[in-house]
Amino acid sequence: MTRAGVHGTDGMHGMRGMRGTQGADGAQAAFLGMPAFPEAARRAVHDPVLRANLRHATHTIRGRRARAVAELADWDRLRAAGKAIKDHTLRHLDRYLVQLEESVTAAGGTVHWAVDAAEACRIVTRLVHATGAREVVKVKSMATQEIGLNEALEEAGIASYETDLAELIVQLGHDRPSHILVPAIHRNRGEIRDVFAREMGRWGRPAPDGLGDDPRELAEAARRHLREKFLRAQVAVSGANFMVAETGTLVVFESEGNGRMCLTLPETLISVVGIEKVVPTFRDLEVFLQTLPRSSTAERMNPYTTMWTGTAGGDGPTAFHLVLLDNGRTDTLADAVGRQALRCIRCSACLNVCPVYERAGGHAYGSVYPGPIGAVLSPQLRGTGSRVDASLPFASTLCGACEEVCPVAIDIPEVLVHLRERIVQGGPATREGVRVRIRPARGHTAERAALRAARLLLDHPGALRAGERLLARARRLRPRRLPGPGRAWTDSRDLPEPPEQPFRDWWEQRERQDERRKP
Amino acid sequence: MRAALFVTCVNDALHPRTGVAVVRLLERLGVEVDFPAAQSCCGQPQYNTGLRREAEPLLRRTAEAFAGHRYVVTPSGSCTAMVRGHYPRIGRLARQEGRGGRLEAYAEDLAPRVYELSEFLVDVLGVTDVGAYYPHTVAYHPSCHGLRGLGLGERPRRLLAAVRGLELVELPGAEECCGFGGTFAVKNPDVSAAMGADKAAAAAAAGAEVLCGGDNSCLVHLDGILRRAGSPVRTVHLAEILASTEEEPFA
Amino acid sequence: MTSRDVILARIRRATAADPAGAEPPIPRDYLRVHGERTPAEAADLLAANLAEYRAHVHRTTADGLPALLARLLARRGTRTVLVPAGVPPHWLADTAATEVPDRAGAGPHELDAVDSVVTGCALAVAETGTLVLDGGPAQGRRRITLIPDHHVCVVRVPDQVVDSVPQALERLDPTRPLTWISGPSATSDIELNRVEGVHGPRTLDVILTTFPEPPTAPAPGPTAEPPRP
Repeated sequence: MTRAGVHGTDGMHGMRGMRGTQGADGAQAAFLGMPAFPEAARRAVHDPVLRANLRHATHTIRGRRARAVAELADWDRLRAAGKAIKDHTLRHLDRYLVQLEESVTAAGGTVHWAVDAAEACRIVTRLVHATGAREVVKVKSMATQEIGLNEALEEAGIASYETDLAELIVQLGHDRPSHILVPAIHRNRGEIRDVFAREMGRWGRPAPDGLGDDPRELAEAARRHLREKFLRAQVAVSGANFMVAETGTLVVFESEGNGRMCLTLPETLISVVGIEKVVPTFRDLEVFLQTLPRSSTAERMNPYTTMWTGTAGGDGPTAFHLVLLDNGRTDTLADAVGRQALRCIRCSACLNVCPVYERAGGHAYGSVYPGPIGAVLSPQLRGTGSRVDASLPFASTLCGACEEVCPVAIDIPEVLVHLRERIVQGGPATREGVRVRIRPARGHTAERAALRAARLLLDHPGALRAGERLLARARRLRPRRLPGPGRAWTDSRDLPEPPEQPFRDWWEQRERQDERRKP
Repeated sequence: MRAALFVTCVNDALHPRTGVAVVRLLERLGVEVDFPAAQSCCGQPQYNTGLRREAEPLLRRTAEAFAGHRYVVTPSGSCTAMVRGHYPRIGRLARQEGRGGRLEAYAEDLAPRVYELSEFLVDVLGVTDVGAYYPHTVAYHPSCHGLRGLGLGERPRRLLAAVRGLELVELPGAEECCGFGGTFAVKNPDVSAAMGADKAAAAAAAGAEVLCGGDNSCLVHLDGILRRAGSPVRTVHLAEILASTEEEPFA
Repeated sequence: MTSRDVILARIRRATAADPAGAEPPIPRDYLRVHGERTPAEAADLLAANLAEYRAHVHRTTADGLPALLARLLARRGTRTVLVPAGVPPHWLADTAATEVPDRAGAGPHELDAVDSVVTGCALAVAETGTLVLDGGPAQGRRRITLIPDHHVCVVRVPDQVVDSVPQALERLDPTRPLTWISGPSATSDIELNRVEGVHGPRTLDVILTTFPEPPTAPAPGPTAEPPRP
């Protein structure tokens, strides 16, 4: 059965899935048509099953990450080194990409460059067609999700099978990923069991009768279901965690062995990788091999890491294609403050500690990149034009937990405030390589006016005092619920009780009394 | 020893008791307190909402109001973090954007002189036992800006632990944000309220009568949630507990 | 203009305004090794870390290896065992199972029918509980340690054991296909709880074999000059 045939029902939480959309642009459109963050989050907050799933999962990993990190006495130094390596690479990105291209080519690979999602999808589709294959197996990859590759291949008559367990759960469930590392984090074991029992048979080997909800049993069902696909696969599509410029080596971190299957069994391997994933030297990996697993799955080392350089004669694919993807990255690079988001190594530690993510869930972020990093990455990669992208920088209390755990020290709160500024105040930005001036967003007019008025008041102590006294005099009028925008406060909280007098009046009275007491 | 009180706009307008408590506490510890009347708001609401340019006049005002004061003490981790962490950035950006170096000079001059209350007590005055008496069960919520922004660490808890009669209980998930987040509270009200409700539940589960914090902005939010839920738990600022004595119960 | 030209030009424009002048060097003051340990302690740490990730760790000497291998394979009921080139013949001297060589033409389905695979490794990392295979002697192609459900890996102690990740990278050749293995395959995809055993071998036996130094038997490893694949 083809993928098109199994796409029948809507995803969870009443959101539109990506499946009905048209190729690369369609995948983005599905996200961009999303409601703004606060509306999408409201549904998640009031879904008790989802809240419980997220709470359990994020709290489990949070504690384990902290312990894994605490084992390394030099964690802060590794973090500083990782940051410096990435910053240096970004600053000389042109040089390192050219070097990478030379190394990969010398090792027998072919390098392609894609300005945007549509071009990347066209390249991959053409490469798959050239092999004659009608299906591909996929290693979990953020970049291919970002560009909507599965949808583009489907449209070209090529079935793509996600082989990561969580991606399989998402794909079989006609769902959308809600976490970078654990895309099905919003699903509990019972829900996963139901998806497997219902859907596996329509794609290939069905789930065994009487499948239970023990994670071991579920993993076993996935093993059996996917095995036939791995063993017959002619073409695999992957991303990469790192690319080494000096050697042309690509690195994939994984846990299940599906990555190894895809990277070593098929004849043709196509890797789609964001241009920011390059590092200068093989030695640089000594930093990230220590920081990524501990930040990500809270392990000293993930079960499997594969490093390959071009086509290794007699071992693995005989054809290797690397598609280097821009898709908004150079625009992000052009922003001196926002650029640091390109340091991200997709560990997802920031998601797991984020109190907003824990309650809103990943879908509310309207992007394959959810959580704090998504809130700074999506509006840069896609621009701030859509409702959801313009709302993302405000989807944070600026509590700083994300920055604290980030293994490459991205100051996410700083970038959030910077992007808020672009949205509310307007300012320079780069879109598709062109410098533009973003105009203040209309949706923030009232807020802008209110804060400006507040500033005027606060900058004029006489007026401020008059206001404070007015508040004090009106204290008996304190309503339980405010009308209009004030409802956002009073729907869930009582209003504070205004004092009899502001502090400055108390101080002044006291000063006068002291004066009188003086001889 | 003299210190200038930066009471903050939230305390001035909504929680003058906290300002009064700081004055009492510092005077009891032998500090002469000034209150420069030209002070106002640090500009954090504007800055955090993306209106950096609107925060600039408030930076200038704050810097001028406290010019010449060796110690500026404020009962707010959040406003301290604004002055110490963000003022230099606002100044630097103003210079880079061609508006001169004046704001940056103001920021660099003021930032190192501003102390959050518990920092001033522990680091400058060198006291942890301030002679307070407060016979209640208290849980301490370390607000994010104090915890992560300033690195206040154990200072507030050490001060509370030395208060006679006070039983300090562990707040589960203490390091997690309460959900206030300035305009976040009204821009994302559902998530904000959910976070606040979890924090309130944690305080109740800890068996606390009082949920203590160092930032009244967070406490206004938490207090609103507790009272809406009919909870007996009260929110009280750290300064008010430390100001309380057997002779003069304060909070 | 090709897309390559477009992207490189955008990068150059994006970074043109970066402050000129010398950049600070990358700070490399992180530790090369976390703590000091003797070779024996390193082997113990390797064993403990591997075991924590549910690998089965065994200790033996060069003389005891054939009997131990035979026991491990017999216990699983292994009838066919894949043996890559470079495995010293005496390793499997006591084993009753049929040996299958790593043929270049062997497709995935053929490998799927094999019960177990026995390999050496390039090195092992104590601090992380990791085995690294580089396709050198006694290691074979990457697929042979992936498709069979049972992998037995022999680590030569002490010379194949390094303490840390930085030490491991110093000894590895990046142009060879490298597979880092830390325990059997696992997933954390269901409620973020770790479950061992998904697509790779579900059972990983690691034999830490103490060889007298210098090795009396010609044994595999990075010190030997491996044939290029």
